[in-house]
Amino acid sequence: MTDHAIRVSSHREPKVSPINDPKVRSIFFQIMTALVVVLAVWFISHNVSVNLARANIASGYGFLAGRSGFDIGFAMLPYSSDSTYGDALVVGLINTILIAVTGIFTATIIGFLVGIGRLSKNWLIAKLCTVYVEVFRNIPPLLVIFFWYSGVLSTLPQVRDSLKLPFSMFLNNRGLAFPKPLWGEGTYLIPITILIGIVVTFAIAKWAKKRQMRTGKQFHTIWAGIALIAGLPILTFLMLGAPLTFDYPVAGRFNLSGGSVIAPEFVALYLALSFYTAAFIAEIIRAGIRGVPKGQSEASFALGLQPSSTTRLVVIPQAARIIIPPLTSQYLNLTKNSSLGVAIGFPELVSTGGTTMNQTGQAVEVISIWLVVYLTISIATSLFMNWFNARMALVER
Amino acid sequence: MNKTLLSAAIGAAVLGFASAASAATLDDVKAKGFVQCGVNTGLAGFAQPDSAGNWKGFDVDYCKAVAAAIFGDATKVKYTPTTAQSRFTALQSGEIDLLARNTTWTVNRDTALGFNFRYVNYYDGQGFMVPKSLNVKSALELSGAAVCVQSGTTTELNLADYFKANKLEYKPVVFEKLEEVNAAYQAGRCDVYTTDQSGLYSLRLSLAKPDDHIILPEIISKEPLAPAVRQGDDKWFDIVTWAGFALVQAEEFGITQANVDQIKAGSTNPDVRRFLGVEKDTKIGTDLGLTNDWAYNIVKGVGNYGEVFERNIGASTPLKIQRGLNALWTKGGLQYAPPVR
Repeated sequence: MTDHAIRVSSHREPKVSPINDPKVRSIFFQIMTALVVVLAVWFISHNVSVNLARANIASGYGFLAGRSGFDIGFAMLPYSSDSTYGDALVVGLINTILIAVTGIFTATIIGFLVGIGRLSKNWLIAKLCTVYVEVFRNIPPLLVIFFWYSGVLSTLPQVRDSLKLPFSMFLNNRGLAFPKPLWGEGTYLIPITILIGIVVTFAIAKWAKKRQMRTGKQFHTIWAGIALIAGLPILTFLMLGAPLTFDYPVAGRFNLSGGSVIAPEFVALYLALSFYTAAFIAEIIRAGIRGVPKGQSEASFALGLQPSSTTRLVVIPQAARIIIPPLTSQYLNLTKNSSLGVAIGFPELVSTGGTTMNQTGQAVEVISIWLVVYLTISIATSLFMNWFNARMALVER
Repeated sequence: MNKTLLSAAIGAAVLGFASAASAATLDDVKAKGFVQCGVNTGLAGFAQPDSAGNWKGFDVDYCKAVAAAIFGDATKVKYTPTTAQSRFTALQSGEIDLLARNTTWTVNRDTALGFNFRYVNYYDGQGFMVPKSLNVKSALELSGAAVCVQSGTTTELNLADYFKANKLEYKPVVFEKLEEVNAAYQAGRCDVYTTDQSGLYSLRLSLAKPDDHIILPEIISKEPLAPAVRQGDDKWFDIVTWAGFALVQAEEFGITQANVDQIKAGSTNPDVRRFLGVEKDTKIGTDLGLTNDWAYNIVKGVGNYGEVFERNIGASTPLKIQRGLNALWTKGGLQYAPPVR
């Protein structure tokens, strides 16, 4: 640009026709593109609104406040057929988020272990991990879900022949029933003490790091943290006089009544998505670790670092930079794949939305809600991962 | 982009460019040479492909009757299997011309969804099926049960209402596809299966041991199952309505697939002659935009209502469904056709 500017000031530029002027051309094409996009959107929306009107189909989002009239088998929030369609969608959304969060957590752990396992010098472990990755990443996720649902979980005993497990737990093809904790008075203090524990631990960690920089003395932050985060709530709990009772599941005429139940639909979807995504994460981890030049660990050994410290302080931080961006895609994939739960009747967003759509006929509105919600979840996830990536990125001085 | 615009833009994907299909359905159907009929994905007796891939059933025969009325040929139908959820979008978008998929006529579907219903081809009601081993005699004993149900149906709504009204607890187990509900019931994922009673009879047949299951006596809802078309095309609506009434009227006249030619040639009854389009100067078909022998073609193609019923779901079939509410009005039932004149 600067060269150009200098030239303009010193020489008279030969006159070009606007057709050949790159500046005019680029503006022209940008205007054309914008125009085409605007026209396309206008055409599509006009077409839809005209057709909706012609078919006498009601439109608008008012239906969300109407009574839904249907029940949902697995709801984290209080929900009944008297709740609204909006509530039904929220219940579905919470279930989607639940699957996404638990699935991402588990998939990351399995993926990490398998990824490292593939690099193991132990022949058997390395081969087993290879087989795992190749099997799960080459089967469509829907089949993995069906495998867990129909192949594994539905072979569990019938409800009247439930497996009795310790702690009054029952396992059958309708899920895992376990005693439901009923918290007594004053227990709201427990989450507060956990929060206090976390905050204090962070403060200690900051202080310990400062002190180590100054004096070189190390401090056992981890132990202090565990003592604070776990110890404080337990102490509070005991001081309150252990206000905890259980609602035990008992065999009723049809089902087990009482207690809490983890539905097989949830477990099947959770396991399937975890195992499926873990296969991809394993490969990403392996690639990340392989991507750190060998010279780095050799240099670290030469400086006298232990192998464990080398992995923790030298290899992993560098591998993380390679790992995080593709890992984000896998997290987004898992979240989006949770919509496959509709196939096994898990009431996530697509399932409750589908029922709402069918009962109200508001296809356009429900689909727009789906798109906006998934877009929001995905953008939130990638914003978080971008922030995390920026933190982990190489800070050049 | 504002919300309306966004939703509208998305909706285009759903509704497609339906403008061509919704204007004059009869002309479109005549131009393409067949009726595109939305049916169930597989409900024995109502709509199911046989071993050769030919669709058979009560709803299928109704599709054929419409084709016979238009083309004089009952085979000019193409079938689109639809789930409980996909059926309405399929009809709204113009993917199908006609929905004959045991669909309950409700005010919501008649108005907000933009459909039209008039002729009820089967009067049904919702019931419950349970394994005999549970020793249940009445639906009122079902408190605490897990209930399998198909999502997006009136069944799902009636179920919630019934259990709420009777202060019973239950656990819904909901699937989108009929096959998945069946599999879950057979696997023991739930204790009770609920759907329209006709559907229960049909489903029970597909179980490994049909005799191990009983259908409870309670009928908890009215389910008038009616074919549906899109709003805004009255001519097409008239044709599909009267094709249904013609089936009923033929039974009332005693005209069957076997004797229709004989009656057409020999009858002196003016009502019958008008119905079959042989009365002089009749406009019985041309007013509908069809030929005057449209009713004859229907009976020739698929028979009368009673024949269609018996052939697919009646006492001689494995389903063994009684005529009950679906008997002719002259025999104490509800099947009544307005005069064809």
